[in-house]
Amino acid sequence: MATYQEFIQQNEDRDGVRFSWNLWPSSRLEATRLVVPVSCLFTPLKERPDLPPVQYEPVLCSRANCKAVLNPLCQVDYRAKIWACNFCFQRNPFPPSYAGISDVNQPAELMPQFSTIEYIVQRGPPNPLIFLYVVDTCLEEEDLQALKESLQMSLSLLPPNALVGLITFGRMVQVHELSCEGIAKSYVFRGTKELSSKQIQEMLGLTNPAASGPQSRPAAPQDPAVTCRFLQPVHKVDMNLTDLLGELQRDPWPVPQGKRPLRSTGIALSIAVGLLEGTFPNTGARVMMFMGGPPTQGPGMVVGDELKTPIRSWHDITKDNARHLKKATKYYDALANRAAVNGHSIDIYACALDQTGLLEMKCLSNLTGGHIAMGDSFNTSLFKQTFQRVFSKDHNGEFRMAFGGTLEVKASRELKVSGAIGPCVSLNAKGPCISENEVGVGGTTQWKICSLSPSTTLALYFEVVNQHNAPIPQGGRGAVQFVTQYQHSNTQRRIRVTTVARNWADAQSQIQHIESSFDQEASAVIMARLGVFRAESEEGPDVLRWLDRQLIRLFMFHLRRSPFLQVFNNSPDECSYYRHHFVRQDLTQSLIMIQPILYSYSFHGPPEPVLLDSGSILPDRILLMDTFFQLVIYHGETIAQWRKAGYQEQPEYENFKHLLVAPVDDAQEILQTRFPMPRYIDTEHGGSQARFLLSKVNPSQTHNNLYSWGQETGAPILTDDVSLQVFMDHLKKLAVSSAT
Amino acid sequence: MNVNQQTPMASPYGPPQPGYGQPSYAPLGGGYPGPYGPYNGPAAAYQPGAPPQGYSPYASFPSKAVAANPVSDLSSPLDLGPARGPLTSAPRPVSTPQAYSQYPQGDSQNGPPPMDHSMAQPAHRSPVSQPYSHGAMNLSGPHPSYSQQYGAPPPMQQVTNQMSGMQIGSGPPTSVGPGYAHHPSSQPPISAAYSSAAPPSYTQAPPPLSAAPSQPPPPSEPAASQPYYGGPPPPQQQPFPSAHHPSQPFVSSSPYLGPPSQPQAPPVSQQQSFPPGPPAQQPFPNSAPPPVSQASYSGPPPLTQHSFPPSSQSGPFPPISISPSQYPGPQPQSQPGPPPFHSGPSPRGPIPPPSMSQQQANHLPPGPMQQQQPPQPGMQGGYPTQQNGAFGQPRGPQPGYAGPHYPGQQNYGAGPAPAPAPPAQKRLDPDSIPSPIQVIEDDRVNKSSEPFTTGVKGQAPPLVTTNFQVKDQGNASPRFIRCTAYNMPCTADMAKQSQVPLAAVIKPLAMLPPDETPPYIVDHGDGGPIRCNRCKAYMCPYMQFIEGGRRFQCGFCSCVTEVPPHYFQHLDHTGKRVDCYDRPELSQGSYEFVATVDYCKNNKLPQPPSFIFFIDVSYNAVKSGMVNIVCQELKTLLDYLPRENPEADSVVRVGFVTYNKVLHFYNVKSSLAQPQMMVVSDVSDMFLPLLDGFLVGVNDSRMVIESLLDQIPEMFADTRETETVFGPVIQAGLEALKAADCAGKLFVFHSTLPIAEAPGKLKNREDKKLVGTDKEKSLFQPQSGFYSNLSKECVAQGCCVDLFLFPNQYVDVATLGVVPVSTGGSVYKYTYFQAETDRERFLNDLRRDVQKPMGFDAVMRVRTSTGIRATDFFGSFFMSNTTDVELAGLDCDKTVTVEFRHDDKLSEDTGALMQCAVLYTSCSGQRRLRVHNMAVNCCSQLADLYRNCETDTIINFFSKYAYRSILNTPTKTVRDTMVNQCAQILACYRKNCASPSSAGQLILPECMKLLPVYLNCVLKSDVLQPGADISLDDRAYLRQLLSCMDVSESHIFFYPRLLPLVKLDGGSLPMAVRNSEERLSKGGVYLLETGLHLFLWVGANAQQELLSNIFGTPTFSQIDPNMTSLPELDNPFSQRLREIIDSFRSQRSRYMKLMVVKQEDKAELIFKHFLCEDKSTSGGASYVDFLCHMHKEIRQLLS
Repeated sequence: MATYQEFIQQNEDRDGVRFSWNLWPSSRLEATRLVVPVSCLFTPLKERPDLPPVQYEPVLCSRANCKAVLNPLCQVDYRAKIWACNFCFQRNPFPPSYAGISDVNQPAELMPQFSTIEYIVQRGPPNPLIFLYVVDTCLEEEDLQALKESLQMSLSLLPPNALVGLITFGRMVQVHELSCEGIAKSYVFRGTKELSSKQIQEMLGLTNPAASGPQSRPAAPQDPAVTCRFLQPVHKVDMNLTDLLGELQRDPWPVPQGKRPLRSTGIALSIAVGLLEGTFPNTGARVMMFMGGPPTQGPGMVVGDELKTPIRSWHDITKDNARHLKKATKYYDALANRAAVNGHSIDIYACALDQTGLLEMKCLSNLTGGHIAMGDSFNTSLFKQTFQRVFSKDHNGEFRMAFGGTLEVKASRELKVSGAIGPCVSLNAKGPCISENEVGVGGTTQWKICSLSPSTTLALYFEVVNQHNAPIPQGGRGAVQFVTQYQHSNTQRRIRVTTVARNWADAQSQIQHIESSFDQEASAVIMARLGVFRAESEEGPDVLRWLDRQLIRLFMFHLRRSPFLQVFNNSPDECSYYRHHFVRQDLTQSLIMIQPILYSYSFHGPPEPVLLDSGSILPDRILLMDTFFQLVIYHGETIAQWRKAGYQEQPEYENFKHLLVAPVDDAQEILQTRFPMPRYIDTEHGGSQARFLLSKVNPSQTHNNLYSWGQETGAPILTDDVSLQVFMDHLKKLAVSSAT
Repeated sequence: MNVNQQTPMASPYGPPQPGYGQPSYAPLGGGYPGPYGPYNGPAAAYQPGAPPQGYSPYASFPSKAVAANPVSDLSSPLDLGPARGPLTSAPRPVSTPQAYSQYPQGDSQNGPPPMDHSMAQPAHRSPVSQPYSHGAMNLSGPHPSYSQQYGAPPPMQQVTNQMSGMQIGSGPPTSVGPGYAHHPSSQPPISAAYSSAAPPSYTQAPPPLSAAPSQPPPPSEPAASQPYYGGPPPPQQQPFPSAHHPSQPFVSSSPYLGPPSQPQAPPVSQQQSFPPGPPAQQPFPNSAPPPVSQASYSGPPPLTQHSFPPSSQSGPFPPISISPSQYPGPQPQSQPGPPPFHSGPSPRGPIPPPSMSQQQANHLPPGPMQQQQPPQPGMQGGYPTQQNGAFGQPRGPQPGYAGPHYPGQQNYGAGPAPAPAPPAQKRLDPDSIPSPIQVIEDDRVNKSSEPFTTGVKGQAPPLVTTNFQVKDQGNASPRFIRCTAYNMPCTADMAKQSQVPLAAVIKPLAMLPPDETPPYIVDHGDGGPIRCNRCKAYMCPYMQFIEGGRRFQCGFCSCVTEVPPHYFQHLDHTGKRVDCYDRPELSQGSYEFVATVDYCKNNKLPQPPSFIFFIDVSYNAVKSGMVNIVCQELKTLLDYLPRENPEADSVVRVGFVTYNKVLHFYNVKSSLAQPQMMVVSDVSDMFLPLLDGFLVGVNDSRMVIESLLDQIPEMFADTRETETVFGPVIQAGLEALKAADCAGKLFVFHSTLPIAEAPGKLKNREDKKLVGTDKEKSLFQPQSGFYSNLSKECVAQGCCVDLFLFPNQYVDVATLGVVPVSTGGSVYKYTYFQAETDRERFLNDLRRDVQKPMGFDAVMRVRTSTGIRATDFFGSFFMSNTTDVELAGLDCDKTVTVEFRHDDKLSEDTGALMQCAVLYTSCSGQRRLRVHNMAVNCCSQLADLYRNCETDTIINFFSKYAYRSILNTPTKTVRDTMVNQCAQILACYRKNCASPSSAGQLILPECMKLLPVYLNCVLKSDVLQPGADISLDDRAYLRQLLSCMDVSESHIFFYPRLLPLVKLDGGSLPMAVRNSEERLSKGGVYLLETGLHLFLWVGANAQQELLSNIFGTPTFSQIDPNMTSLPELDNPFSQRLREIIDSFRSQRSRYMKLMVVKQEDKAELIFKHFLCEDKSTSGGASYVDFLCHMHKEIRQLLS
């Protein structure tokens, strides 16, 4: 018997699912006592190179409100050619094409190893991928140049039949027409005036009033050439577009002294959304917005153009001093919802030294499955590589992205769905298995995930509704089926079905078993997501209090200090950024985010993970810290001196050279795979950038406990934060007291 | 001078007037036909005295002959026939034959005229030193001028000048005789006649000179005529005509008239004189027609036309016949005299009976006679000299007024009038009423030879139709400022009594001919121009330096201001600054100051202006070919943007926008390989989508611009968009200029009513049912206040809008034109634009519009001396207060008419001053102040006022006033008001200035004798009295167009020029004929210039040779009526004709498209519309009828 550890790993590898509990308490009462709800992390498009998609339609349960997909858990009567739905127990005949079915001739979906199976279905003509660039031109020349190059480069990465469009904005918003020869043509909008989707389409000439007869609405994305001159196949316009990008100028309007450039980000986005809405509704599309500063005019403006008024800080927000916050947030929320409804996702690539308004705009990406990347400049490898990585391809040479996904969850009768947390929006699909208890985005059994990557992970929360007095028979299993429909990057429509089951256990009699089935890592991430979700939607202090109440019983010291919950020392934008990524990454990455990993390199032995503690910071070590967002290589004091002295250049100290190179190589490896590209920091003892490390480690030594000051035990951290030791002491006390 | 003289003379010199009139006519006619030289000769000859005789015969005979010729050319038979018919009442047919006979004679006359010329010059000189000088000047001047355009006319003018002098003098003495003589004489020798006339006038001697011939006639005539003339008629005609003509006329007349008419002669002269006199020149031909006219007016016109070229020839004939005819009319009634005249009587008989009014008209005719004189007076140069000769000094005339001379003149004027009175019942002979052609010719002859110097206060300049040179000696050139009256009444009461409008027509940036110096530029340094402390008037010649030059006293408000140290200069013994002549601002009427930063908007030196081109690319615009043409043209036109230094590149930047219901801006930055188009669909809230690269230097971005202009037509070739916007287009331009922080001009090429959803959207409100109702005015008002508000913003930014319209249907010019009109822009309209036929016209307009010098962001202020005030302004501008005229753009063609009113008394000693200062940004971006100064006299006698008015300017003012009034007042009321005011003006004159005479007489002031005919033209213009085929847009267009016309444009607009095309050899123009169908000859070809159109009317019986020469085909039916340019044929006639057409076009601010109208073709209706002396299809009265009506009005006022 495999350990739970192996079981969990195996399940994750096969289905992309990790449950907080791998045995489920069989009654509602018991489940609530467990604090951590029955829940799971689900990665819908978990990469399964070994899983060949099947080329036919799934077989559905015929009950109208069930429609579960035939799966290995179903009971099948091969002679009668009948199968029973394991969710609603409806007995269904197989369709005629399954006539040859038998014990030895099973379709794939009935084989146990195909608990996750992918169908390729034919639904109408294939929809090309759509990439709409929304580019800020209020950039420094250098930045703009770098951005232009990145964009031009990206054209070569797009599939030739993908549709591409370009919107640039500054004081005005320009929608570039790509189909025309000779004169570069663009439609220009004022950056201060909010327009309805209909107006935008009219102004772009997308409605043809003359030809109202045949197609009353331009809801015919099938003939894009006619419908939209603004979105054209890459292969047709790449030369044109390359030139166009090359000629892109900085926003020409003069920026007076003491002012910010006027950026019409809000309008630019609304036009992008409106454009896609009018031309390609319900088709996968990606709006990629590149901005070099905060929106400063029009709806969605985050800060005024007066430089003397700084952009809102947490302080302003708590004091309710952020003038534009609510309005802007509301504006972007509405936009995000519109985009989500139509299956369009919005990426934000924000590169600026100051905040750019991600706090207000985060929902654009959060609700639509878009990416957010944040950097200091477009002229950094951080941005360049992150952007490039958006277009990374899998082993089949296909993009690691999918569009227009919907995730439907079906659960056994004893289980109801409370909600989901992740880059999704509710589709408001009513069904029998909806819990009244909402957690995250609830009240539905279907969610829309406009854009998916293989690592996109949702947290799903369930509620055990089985009453205590109606015990489930021994050996009973609860099942959950995830049905993910999406548009593959090769334009195919696909359906991936994952069906998993877990045993029910009586908490009273089998508490030990349940305990051992607890997935600590998954639970941590799941609860952290819940915390973040609440932090996003509720007042900060309330969340902390809730956390303290709920989670103090857990081990979540680092989470509490993380930027996901702790806003101190992080700008609102940074928090938004971190949270954005936290609620979508898979378990491993999420864990890194919660508790950064610290490796130590020294002459004393091979690289080893060390405690994330100030005690680990020693002069003769090189530390490599991975916080997901940052990769910090920290050279201890002695090492730094050696390096400065140039020993690594001397042949006799080649081992030192190797020591220096080792963490860099490891970091490189991480950099290669991570999205978004982390900030790579190479620093040393006393370096200004060392703060990234110092702020993360457990402050076991501070200026307050001077007894260790100056000793060879690590570096003191100048903070008033409590150390893990103190935290644990409190925790113990609390644990005891709460137990009483 | 003349005017004055005339007025007074009117009554007393009845007889002479007729004579004058006749002679003058004759000269005119003669001058034209004959070579210039000859005419002059005659004139001289006349003066000497000897010449007169010779001339007279020549003249008289020739004139007839000439007349005949013209007639023949025209389709003489018919015309003549009718003409004579009327004369004799019965025998029209007979007359025709006669006409023929006359023609031959005319030819013979042609010969003589040359003689006259040569003679004339000498004669002038001898008679009066001054005159001579003038004469000399004239000679030289005229000749050149002739060669240029009006080869012919100039001589005439010269002649007339001389004549005028002569007339004055002679007028009194020999008035009668001359008058008659004139008719005859004038006819033949016309030019000669004038000259001859002149001599007489100079000194009463003239009579003597002509004595033999002339005197005789005078006496006889006088005797007869005086009675007839009753004073008024003679005066007018007499002075000039008689004097001049006398010599010739006398001779000739005596012969002609004499025989039949001595008895008649008087009457003739009286009645005829009026008619004849005037006719004489035109009349002659007319005279023939007149009869016809009586029978049918149409007849005469042809003659008149002929008369121009052949005028001299034809003139003579007509005179004879005319005089009779006319005389007849008037004479019978008025006096026996007329009848005696012979033909006169008979004609009279018939004529008179027809209409009492006619009689009056006849009186009017004297007017024409007077006109002849007036022109002479008008030609100040000529006049004065002559007068000097006669009366003493040029100004003498005025003084003379009181004196007998004046009376004599008055007589002339009056003479005719009285005569008419009697005949009143009879029909009025068109030839007997004041003829614009005659007046114009006289002025031309008298005043074109010598430069007009502006140093003398209160001197009326030559007519706008006269070619003359101006020397700025302290007052603004008439090219810059023309006044309605050069002698302002001292008091408000006087002004009110006379009802003569006091106004100035100011064209601040007028282009000057190459031989005149443009205003000098003066820089007063960092302190800016020196100004009066109180009224802020700028330093000018009227500032009086006192206290040794340390202070100056303002001529406007009398405030004393310190002279800044850097400007100090000692005074000489006369109290003038020593540097007076070194400083333009102290010695010139017009000059420019360099403005300092204080005179700039926001205290910032201005940027160079920008031109933005907005091209409508909707379906209609593309289909008509407009888009293509504009784009092609702009490629070359951009090299001709205005600049001050012809060597340097223009600093004007350009931008391009195309639009239909959305706007497409273009980025044509020089660094781009291809232009970029930026579409702005959000027209509801216009903004400028780009900054950098929209407005560029032409040379920097040439490649990109050319690429753009190549591509625009292609891009929109297949457009199906039919809707357009307009408001947002202007807004876009405005925003662009705001963004660039400069002034500029928008060129909007627009095709349709802007019905697309956008600000300034318009609906089709064309409703012909409203025409004639009280609601008609609403059609001229803008649909909404949107454009008015927009234009305010435009003006504030210095954004001038020029609108080129290419409508196929109603576009609501009244509303679309609001912005152009308020911003100093222009509206051009090309209805039913077709690339093939309208291309030239459009392109020429566009070229001129782009290239013409202009100022931007201008503010104009008119300061006046205490006592009067500028109260009302007319033109293309915006006013935010009551004094400052704000013009976003001010080009060289734009005129502002300013009305003055008294707010106190003026002094006769100091006169009245006005200073028009225009602050503007030049096309190179310099801030400048152009100052025009004008001083006029003040008078306490109404007679003085009436002596120094300028009818053309008055009409300019009246028409602008009327055209504006229809915005708020029913059109009919406006018309009535105009008639009433005109009647009051004339009645006031009659009551206060004219010598007593019968109430039935129509007595017109010499300088206003054309007021009725011109006013009638205004009243029946399309705006005030539309025909059924005139669209609302057309009316609104014309209404706006007129608002910024100068006097010369308004003159030709209301009274087009009709030239008979005969004998185009030589440098001269044929003499114009009056705008009446009866002056057209079936056998002729005529050129009609309206200022907006050119018509080539081809008579059905036109000679084959003529047709071959012009069209290259001898067959009438083969002429393509659709041609817009004449074939380039290698014969002198064709070459000359095309030269003439070209020169006409070059004189106008808008290109005139040539339309070939074949007689009895349906297009002829359009042509006939411009024959403004005829009854119009829209109900407008004929000249004759209107004159009668006017007379009735006057009588009512008097009684």
